Amino acid sequence: MSQILVYVPDNSRHSAEVLTLARGLGEVAAAAFGDEAASLAAEYGAASLYKVDADGLDDYFVAPKAEALASIAEGKEWQAVLVPSTDEGKAVAARLAVKLGTGFLTDVSALDGEGVGTQEIFAGSRIVTSKVAKGVTVATVKAGSVAAEAAPSEPAAEAVDYTVGDDAKKVAVLETVEEPPGDRPGLTEADIVVSGGRGVGSAENFSLIEKVADAFGGAVGASRAAVDSGYYPHKFQVGQTGTTVSPQLYVAAGISGAIQHRAGMQTSKTIVAVNKDSDAPIFSMADYGVVGDLFNVLPQLLEEVEKRK
Amino acid sequence: MDIVVLVKQVPDSGLERNLNAEKRVDRDGSNNVMGELDEYAVEAALQLKEQHDGTVTVLTVGPDQATETIRKVLAMGADQAVHVSDEAVAGSDALATAQILAAALGRANWDLVLAGAESTDSGMGVMTHLLSAHTGAAALTGARKIEIDGSTVTVEHQKDNGYSKLQAQLPAIVSVWDTINTPRYPSLKGIMAAKRKKIEVLSLSDLGVDASAVGAAGASTEVLTVESRPERSAGTIVTDEGEGGRSLAEFLASEKFI
Ligand SMILES: Cc1cc2nc3c(=O)[nH]c(=O)nc-3n(C[C@H](O)[C@H](O)[C@@H](O)COP(=O)(O)OP(=O)(O)OC[C@H]3O[C@@H](n4cnc5c(N)ncnc54)[C@H](O)[C@@H]3O)c2cc1C
Ligand SMILES: Cc1cc2nc3c(=O)[nH]c(=O)nc-3n(C[C@H](O)[C@H](O)[C@H](O)COP(=O)(O)OP(=O)(O)OC[C@H]3O[C@@H](n4cnc5c(N)ncnc54)[C@H](O)[C@@H]3O)c2cc1C
Repeated sequence: MSQILVYVPDNSRHSAEVLTLARGLGEVAAAAFGDEAASLAAEYGAASLYKVDADGLDDYFVAPKAEALASIAEGKEWQAVLVPSTDEGKAVAARLAVKLGTGFLTDVSALDGEGVGTQEIFAGSRIVTSKVAKGVTVATVKAGSVAAEAAPSEPAAEAVDYTVGDDAKKVAVLETVEEPPGDRPGLTEADIVVSGGRGVGSAENFSLIEKVADAFGGAVGASRAAVDSGYYPHKFQVGQTGTTVSPQLYVAAGISGAIQHRAGMQTSKTIVAVNKDSDAPIFSMADYGVVGDLFNVLPQLLEEVEKRK
Repeated sequence: MDIVVLVKQVPDSGLERNLNAEKRVDRDGSNNVMGELDEYAVEAALQLKEQHDGTVTVLTVGPDQATETIRKVLAMGADQAVHVSDEAVAGSDALATAQILAAALGRANWDLVLAGAESTDSGMGVMTHLLSAHTGAAALTGARKIEIDGSTVTVEHQKDNGYSKLQAQLPAIVSVWDTINTPRYPSLKGIMAAKRKKIEVLSLSDLGVDASAVGAAGASTEVLTVESRPERSAGTIVTDEGEGGRSLAEFLASEKFI
């Protein structure tokens, strides 16, 4: 039986989701980069493990990982090759597809045993199914497509003998700066996201949005207009060129609901909007909307939450 | 320094967008615009030219009407254009598009290629890496900042939680996010000047690309079905007359969020 090769770059929830999805389709072989990735692959049911520990993998941008994955994939029969859909994952998949001369699908939210993938396009307004018509199915899988389920296994491990080739050394990673995550849950992990837009008016006023988020144990988000105006840092931007979120509850305060914003939040389970303009497009998708000044509505909401505690 | 900027004409994301009967993006009509992120790539190209001299060439693969998008880039200040237009291109997937773009890049002298981080229609976000695989040039993607010093390019690659500083030697291919700059509007003078600038129109045979390897005929992926997502129906909308926060709390309590 041919296996499904899964690219496991780290021990993130996203990687665990892709392993879970793959397990539902067949026997999983994991290409794991480093110890943490390898233990995640075992926890999420990989039947076999290719372990890559080459020096300098992270000193160069993307290409070494793509090359190492290709060295594992080449010359064997695969039912599919699955990769988490991140900027890096898509780059790895694209380079692998060129190497293998196969087609590839990006951002699938589901994949069946026949290799048919589901993709949401046009800011989520259309749902298409598609497949790779020539060659093995290479697909990148969106975060949150399935719920990660552990299924511990003891995979047969094989160390991969890979050294970074000169071709893969063209782009050096000089430094990586990670901003501290802070005390609130991350945007993509939070069950509740409270976002503010241009209507919040200033960086100081964003403390009101933070208070509401904290009252619900949620994350804070922002529209691009709020980010561009310097009210809140870019890493909290929700939308097409920010983060895509799909929480149980999304609260949009002082956000008009432009298509690029909706692209990042419209699959939220419940959507609530506060906006003083009754014609704001956000109301057409809200489960509950309050037409009013957010500086009146939100403090009153906070009072009520306090009372009910 | 000679720069090629890749620009794709796409349907306006603010309007209703559809796939046509062939399950391809419906590009008919007048609702087409320059890819939103491509405007930032054009601006980056023009700023680099202002700093380092040289030329800016716009390259697009698309139907005849993509000339409108080319004119806009020329009006913003690009020097010349290459437009690959051929019936046989229709239905190309990412691999085929990359093959065509790579062939067109192969005919030009360039030090730097600039592109959007992703298009705003199909938005795969892969073209830069595909072109790197074809041309051998370094790919530095998702830039929020770009600097050229001699033959060295350095970018800040934007990540969800920070950034990485990437460096390579030219020739290189760089894609940009909307955090990099604020695109200029074409000036009236620019619009007039654009009319005299050269647009070279090329077919697949001009590029030496086999028509059967691209387009619908050569596609390695296939779209099977298309459906509309059921519209989210609007729920309850109330107007705040002093009780807005309380009624919102009521709703959230009824949904078990409080
Ligand atoms: C619904 C749908 C789903 C699709 N799914 C897949 C799929 O899963 N796999 C697949 O292989 N193909 C797929 N395609 C086709 C594919 O997206 C395009 O044919 C291909 O050109 C990739 O373009 P992109 O816009 O996604 O590239 P991106 O990588 O998002 O484009 C990045 C940048 O590259 C430049 N660029 C892109 N295209 C051009 C161009 N034509 N001319 C000049 N510059 C350009 C622009 O600067 C752009 O901002 C799909 C198309 C549709 C409509
Ligand atoms: C390439 C590209 C990418 C983009 N990517 C994104 C993205 O990722 N995310 C994103 O969000 N946007 C994105 N945008 C921008 C998007 O088009 C909108 O400009 C943006 O979402 C608007 O933000 P906003 O709703 O906060 O501001 P506005 O549209 O200005 O809306 C502010 C709203 O606040 C209301 N308001 C004002 N004061 C109050 C008050 N006191 N109480 C209640 N309501 C009040 C107003 O009625 C108004 O509806 C992108 C655009 C482009 C071109």
